[in-house]
Amino acid sequence: MLHTLLRSTGERPGIFSGGIEPEMSKITAGAPISTSLIAPVYIVPIKQHIGEACTPIVSIGEQVFRGQKIARSQGYVSVPVHAPTSGRVIKIEEHAIPHPSGMGLPSIFIEPDGNDTFDQSLEPITNYRERDPAELRERIRVCGIAGLGGAVFPTFIKLLKDQRNPIETVILNGIECEPYLTTDHRLMLEKPEAIVAGIDIIMHMVGAKKAIIAIEDNKIDAAETMRDLLESQPELEHIEVRLLPTRYPQGSEKQLIQVLTGREIPAGKLPMHIGVLCQNVGTTRAIFDAVMRGRSLTERIVTVSGDAVPRPGVMRTRLGTPMRFVFAQHGLEDFENVHLLHGGPMMGERMKSPDVPVVKSTNGLLAMHSKTMMKAHRVEQPCIRCGHCGVACPVNLVPNLLADQCRNEQFEKAESYNLFDCIECGACSYVCPSNIPLVHYFRYGKGQMSQISRAKGFADASKERSEAREVRIEREKAERAAKRRKVRTEHMPKPAEEKSEDAADSKDTES
Amino acid sequence: MTQLFAAILSFGAFALLFGIVLAIAGRIFKIEGDPIADNIETLLPQTQCGQCGFPGCKPYAGAVATGEAEVNQCVPGGERTMLQIADLMGVEPKTVEDEPAAPMIAFVREDECIGCTLCIKACPVDAILGAPKQYHTVITDHCTGCTLCVEPCPVDCIDMLIKPELLEHWSWPLPDTARSRLAMKRKGEHAPYTA
Repeated sequence: MLHTLLRSTGERPGIFSGGIEPEMSKITAGAPISTSLIAPVYIVPIKQHIGEACTPIVSIGEQVFRGQKIARSQGYVSVPVHAPTSGRVIKIEEHAIPHPSGMGLPSIFIEPDGNDTFDQSLEPITNYRERDPAELRERIRVCGIAGLGGAVFPTFIKLLKDQRNPIETVILNGIECEPYLTTDHRLMLEKPEAIVAGIDIIMHMVGAKKAIIAIEDNKIDAAETMRDLLESQPELEHIEVRLLPTRYPQGSEKQLIQVLTGREIPAGKLPMHIGVLCQNVGTTRAIFDAVMRGRSLTERIVTVSGDAVPRPGVMRTRLGTPMRFVFAQHGLEDFENVHLLHGGPMMGERMKSPDVPVVKSTNGLLAMHSKTMMKAHRVEQPCIRCGHCGVACPVNLVPNLLADQCRNEQFEKAESYNLFDCIECGACSYVCPSNIPLVHYFRYGKGQMSQISRAKGFADASKERSEAREVRIEREKAERAAKRRKVRTEHMPKPAEEKSEDAADSKDTES
Repeated sequence: MTQLFAAILSFGAFALLFGIVLAIAGRIFKIEGDPIADNIETLLPQTQCGQCGFPGCKPYAGAVATGEAEVNQCVPGGERTMLQIADLMGVEPKTVEDEPAAPMIAFVREDECIGCTLCIKACPVDAILGAPKQYHTVITDHCTGCTLCVEPCPVDCIDMLIKPELLEHWSWPLPDTARSRLAMKRKGEHAPYTA
């Protein structure tokens, strides 16, 4: 009780308000990372990050090498896309991507030649400490690195040495609080050197003095590996390992920063505004590969798990590998009565078909028996106002109220109750005894809000153009009238004079 | 008696003073145009399609403001716009007869276009690009799908296509549960929501 009270008032640092303790089911934690075979075809969507889509720069039939840029980034919030293996481009056409809508994006299809030859155009930068951070930042952009935790925000944007918001602390997010997923866990156990070197590169780039590796206490072996490595390298004493109690959603950036620094990021602000930079384990490793080895992002670690997978495991998978091929290597080939999830069970999204490629955001692939899912997704009952959702919410919202507002289309009201602060962690849906799909309602509400604002923007632009058109028509009319008058005055003077003379004559005769 | 005169005089003086103040305030804070019509216009979808029977969104807004038009004549706006206008005007909501069609865009079959510029003149939002004796084409991002360009085309080379749904514009549907269906069914029975 006192615990909850202190937590709800935010008096106790080292803990975030709300949260849940779901069953972790990390069944793949013990097995080492395996490597995926070369797939018969790779399907590379031209957009795998948050931001603007890329433009393909290869033509059909062209020979590409692994790591070669095949789509150019457009705009600032964008990173290029690279070929996952060496081979030939066979077609460029729309193909479904892992997205809840089941819709597609233009994708580049590559038929591998089996040699897996690397593109050698990028030189490794081994003396990164002497290099200009801007040069390293450009390298990270060129290598196509986006946040591999699942949000896929272009990483280079965050790695800016900003004078107004200097970064003091770099946080390495090794929390991995989603059940089932052990992607970061295995990576920390198997590649600690790359990760620590990656942190050092990040610290050099942003000029940070301190770094914290945050790990939950269900991964003590990973924490020990990291600690042993840091102890053996005395020059890395400004990096510390912090072991935190297991709690969902501790891996969410804002919650983790609150736990580690005791400071809450204000609504609408970013971690950099309080001098913190948060990076995922996989992203840090990709930064190391990009800088020290000159390798662009062509593969990632994926947890393949769930009760429908006969041989669950963690696998190094090239981007663009069809998911059917990934599941087949773990013994799952029949997708009848199986639910597929892209991501973890709490925040992941259901996929309509296994014929979608692995992309940069694929941290986990889960296959669950429909029966198990049905047990979790029972019929929605009326809200009994128990308040469990409000207690579980890590951002102190009132989920039951927001769900009512979204269901009844009171979107403006929901927005005034801070619907957009919801991180969609799913803690409220998890604890709800009435099985209300709360997060789904919030996603609906958010989507409708953005549809409304898009329609408003479109209407305003149309109105502006229509008004401009009316002004133009008026102006053209006036110009034509002026021209007519001018022509008339130029050509008419004589007859007009004659007329007046005539009139004068007639007047004379009359008189 | 003097008291009576004093009262009349002082009140008269006050009345004169306030009259002058109000007259000046009326001059200074004068609002150009009709504020109600402007407010209604901001609620309309600005397709300028003329389906309401008026030549554009602004004339329709003016007609609603003066009571000449009903609140339910905007077809593309649908029920949501009707409810907002009814709320603003303080009148009873009316049923919307025509369901808004799926968003459309015009498409010029360029092979058949003779470059007559008639559709360019008809487009209320300047969304058709072209010059005399040149192919015309529709700027998809600006097209409101009003169909006003279809009629004037002498060779009938403009098609109305269903606007392709973009991945970036996709949004989550309402959860399909018995309760959400019930909420949708009962929506019309509630008083319209006011902010």
